[in-house]
Order: sequence, then structure tokens, then C-alpha cells
Amino acid sequence: MATIIIPTPLRKFTNQQTRIKVGGENIQQSINELISEFPDLKKNLLEDNGKIRNYVNIFIGNKDIRDLSNEHTLVEHDTVISIVPAIAGGSSNQL
Amino acid sequence: MIYLSQKIKIELINEVLVGYPYEVCGFLLGYEKREVRIIDEILVVKNANIGDQRRRFEISPLDYLHSEAEAERKGLQLLGIYHSHPDHPSIPSEIDRLAAQPYFSYVIISTKSDVFNTIQSWRMNENAQFEEEKIITIHNKLNNLKQHGNYHHSDTFAQVY
Repeated sequence: MATIIIPTPLRKFTNQQTRIKVGGENIQQSINELISEFPDLKKNLLEDNGKIRNYVNIFIGNKDIRDLSNEHTLVEHDTVISIVPAIAGGSSNQL
Repeated sequence: MIYLSQKIKIELINEVLVGYPYEVCGFLLGYEKREVRIIDEILVVKNANIGDQRRRFEISPLDYLHSEAEAERKGLQLLGIYHSHPDHPSIPSEIDRLAAQPYFSYVIISTKSDVFNTIQSWRMNENAQFEEEKIITIHNKLNNLKQHGNYHHSDTFAQVY
């Protein structure tokens, strides 16, 4: 089973667990399995259409899945998946 | 409630003034217990925004991953983010709110020109709105905690200090 590392802001939705073992053949399936175990994560990770939110970065090691095969990126039993929240902001409201 | 030592506060202000007129950013590491946070260390990271860094900041995913790992290695918690608002008040903008994460403290340091103005901390509530979080500046951490009445010598949280 692969391991998903939960970022600090989302640990309140996983009973403070940092690392969760999940099944699944690709990233989307692994994330779906994570959400089935911890449903409160859903609004933070998925769009209404079930796709991974744009504001959420998913990494395998130091590689962004956008540089691999996105949510179709294959997952092995020893894959370590990191959920990385987008951190941004700024003083002005002007886009 | 968030405790900042005088040393950490000065480090933050120095970072902000050195970085002026651009926004600077980084992470706040420390301990939390009973809704009280004590910041023990800051991690300065590069503002990775590719637009106007005088009005925007962004932290790269790799810097985020590194900071989580660093906090874990040191036995600390990643408790929040700091960033500066050059020539703007230390109040979150709508852009700050839209991009904010739950749980994190958002410490904002304001300058007027290249002079320190104000510092405030904010946290998102359940309705995705920021609420101010009181900052307490401490000179002697343990004495201050004892004065606050929530801790005593047998409390492991206080013993850290």
C-alpha cells in the first residue's frame, strides 16, 4: 500500500494522523480511498466534479504529479504521496 | 492566542524591513497546547510569486515540503505562515482569505515605507473568515506562562521552556 503524508492544516480531518496507508492503482484512486476513510477531507481536496482541486499540489517524492501523469500517475506499494497545500496571498485585493 | 518571544518578533521585523518594498514570507514553528501556541522558530523562505512581489507572495510546494520535514525533524509543529504587507495594514486581504488554509496562524507584519508599523495574527474560522488571534510578546517564556495561570512545573508543555 502507498503512504499519503497529510499536511499539518488537514490533520484535524485525519484524527491528527500524519501518514495514512492507502490502496489504489493511481493517484486519483489513492486520494479517493483516503477520502472514503476521512470524508471531511473531501471539500479540501476535491472539486465538485471529483477532480483534485487546482489549489492542491500532489507530490511523489519531490515530483509534482502535474509533471508526471497527473491523477493517472501510477502508484506502487512503496510510493510516498505528499499533499501540499498552495500557500499564497498578498496585501492588495487587486487581481 | 499566540506567543512570540521578543527575539522572534525582532527576527520577523528585520526580515520584513530588509525585504522592503517586497513581500517576504516564511513559516512559524513551535508548540501548541489547549489552543495556546508558542512560536519557537521561524523558517524564512523565498517569495516564489512570479508577478508583483510588492503586493503578492507565494511559497513553492518544495519549500512547503521541506518546512514540514524540518518541523518534524526538530520535534516542532508547523503552526503558521508569516508574510509582510508593505505600505498596507496588517489586515488580511481578500486574496489572503481566499488562499488561506485552516488551522494555520497567519502573522502579518505591516510597514509604512521602510519602517515597521504593526503586527497581527489571524486564523480562519469554520465560516472561512479570518478572526484575529491575540499576540503576546514574551521576554521570559516560562515566567509569562506561569503568570498566565494555565501552566505549572509538572506541565510538560511549560517544561519545554
